[in-house]
Amino acid sequence: MTGEAIVAAYVFVLAIFVGFEVVSKVPSTLHTPLMSGANAIHGIVIVGAMLVASAIGGTLGTILGFLAVVLGTANVVGGFVVTDRMLAMFKQRPARKRE
Amino acid sequence: MTIETLIPVAYLIAAITFILGLKGLSSPTTAVQGNRIAAGGMLIAVIATFFAADVKGGVPIILAGIAVGGVAGFAGARMVKMTAMPQMVALFNGAGGGAAALVAILEFARNVDAGSLEFGPTLATLLALIIGAVSFSGSAVAFGKLQGLITPKAFRYSSQQLVTGGIAAATLLLSLVLLASAFFGAVNVPAMFLIALITLLALAFGIALVMPIGGADMPVVISLLNAYTGLAVAMAGFTLNNQLLIVAGTLVGASGTILTRLMSKAMNRSLGNVLFGAFGAATTASGAAASAGLEGRSIRSIGPEDAAILLSYAQNVIVVPGYGLAVAQAQHSVRELADLLESKGISVKYAIHPVAGRMPGHMNVLLAEANVPYDKLFDMDQINPEFQRADVALVIGANDVTNPAARSNPGSPIYGMPILDVDKAQNIIVIKRSMKPGFAGIDNDLYLDPKTAMLFGDAKEAVGKVVQELKKAA
Repeated sequence: MTGEAIVAAYVFVLAIFVGFEVVSKVPSTLHTPLMSGANAIHGIVIVGAMLVASAIGGTLGTILGFLAVVLGTANVVGGFVVTDRMLAMFKQRPARKRE
Repeated sequence: MTIETLIPVAYLIAAITFILGLKGLSSPTTAVQGNRIAAGGMLIAVIATFFAADVKGGVPIILAGIAVGGVAGFAGARMVKMTAMPQMVALFNGAGGGAAALVAILEFARNVDAGSLEFGPTLATLLALIIGAVSFSGSAVAFGKLQGLITPKAFRYSSQQLVTGGIAAATLLLSLVLLASAFFGAVNVPAMFLIALITLLALAFGIALVMPIGGADMPVVISLLNAYTGLAVAMAGFTLNNQLLIVAGTLVGASGTILTRLMSKAMNRSLGNVLFGAFGAATTASGAAASAGLEGRSIRSIGPEDAAILLSYAQNVIVVPGYGLAVAQAQHSVRELADLLESKGISVKYAIHPVAGRMPGHMNVLLAEANVPYDKLFDMDQINPEFQRADVALVIGANDVTNPAARSNPGSPIYGMPILDVDKAQNIIVIKRSMKPGFAGIDNDLYLDPKTAMLFGDAKEAVGKVVQELKKAA
């Protein structure tokens, strides 16, 4: 395995643990916003789409690259806006904690 | 130091904001802020990427893509009704999966052009392609089912497992061929042709996977597809050697996996059973037996006046909302009813089954929309002991999650699924459009209980009428 690949593998494994640790604390009340928020976060694929869309040549490549950016952006923008709308409804509730 | 060396720093900041964003979601008070922090991180990452050396030539295309996708995403997210939220999430999830698959295809095209298909990157890219494509077509089917464009019922045919298995085997076989040719350096096979075939097969697999799953299982499916897209993005990160994609994708993969496990547990079924089990296509034998039972025994139907009287003499009322409430947009009427009852000194609580609605926590969001304080919403485990002290359980558009057959009838397809103990309440009022069975396609013994009164009608109208009757009496 190359050095780069092993670093990537470390990052992957550590992120799994962080993900489980952080998400297991989310109460069921917030499961829908959590899913939708996580949904927005995987929109980070837009960064990958930007990189490949510029690196590729040819008409078909350009079209596919353009589509990748469109889909990635829709994922990011839609995901965050929907989550924000949902959470706005939870905002002005009494801060009293549920057991 | 050029500006380009700062890009990894920007990515690191973005990764931190994503973790903080998810952490913020652990409490309703910090959640809004958390989501916005993550959105800010995303913006930083996108802006930073514009400065990458590779990106220079593609700026016009990227800007055009961002404009189109941004407008579509924003408009969709603003206009969607809260009840249609699950299909919207499915749609955005599919978009992410599709983007990951396209990234993988373009990365393949570039490597094939350069004549450098190496084993490690090929494996990662292949995984990103397959998982992304499955998530894309699977989410599209889930969207169609939730939107009612295609039958929400479990779509099954005789050789279904054979077809699904065949598609999976073919995908695996072609993938192995591609990997072998990368490993031995023999790119004699037309690689792009193989990749196109694999893409088509993966898309077909996503359809074959989700079509046989009934609407009641959609919470599990949506969480699972969410995890898939996360994983596809992480794999795309390996391909592009981009740590930010790995971190973000993996976080989502973990969150989707946790939710999927919680949902399956709430239905007392394994994930395999949800995906491949015979749920929804209830065995004809037990279905026939149950309907015979419905004919043999009578149900009691009441009007809104009687329901109002029953409620006004109660001390403890537990409301059990289900998807029918969501469809009828009845959450505001229910809230009005609860306010009215509380003004008479009656205690009102809400019992939320983990899989009520069409995605995890869906019912909580709908009730929050109607300004129901979240400390009145109780999970199944908290509320179940309280049903025997409840004078009235008001079931609104919920069906399968209240079916006592899950406890008592080993022959029932939902046997063993934890349910709300509605039948332990002194009186039960069920507001329902008709006697039609729920998404699971099975009859509910609760309706035959002598304590149960059926109030037929649209949830919103029926609750509205009960509110009017209560006001008249006051």
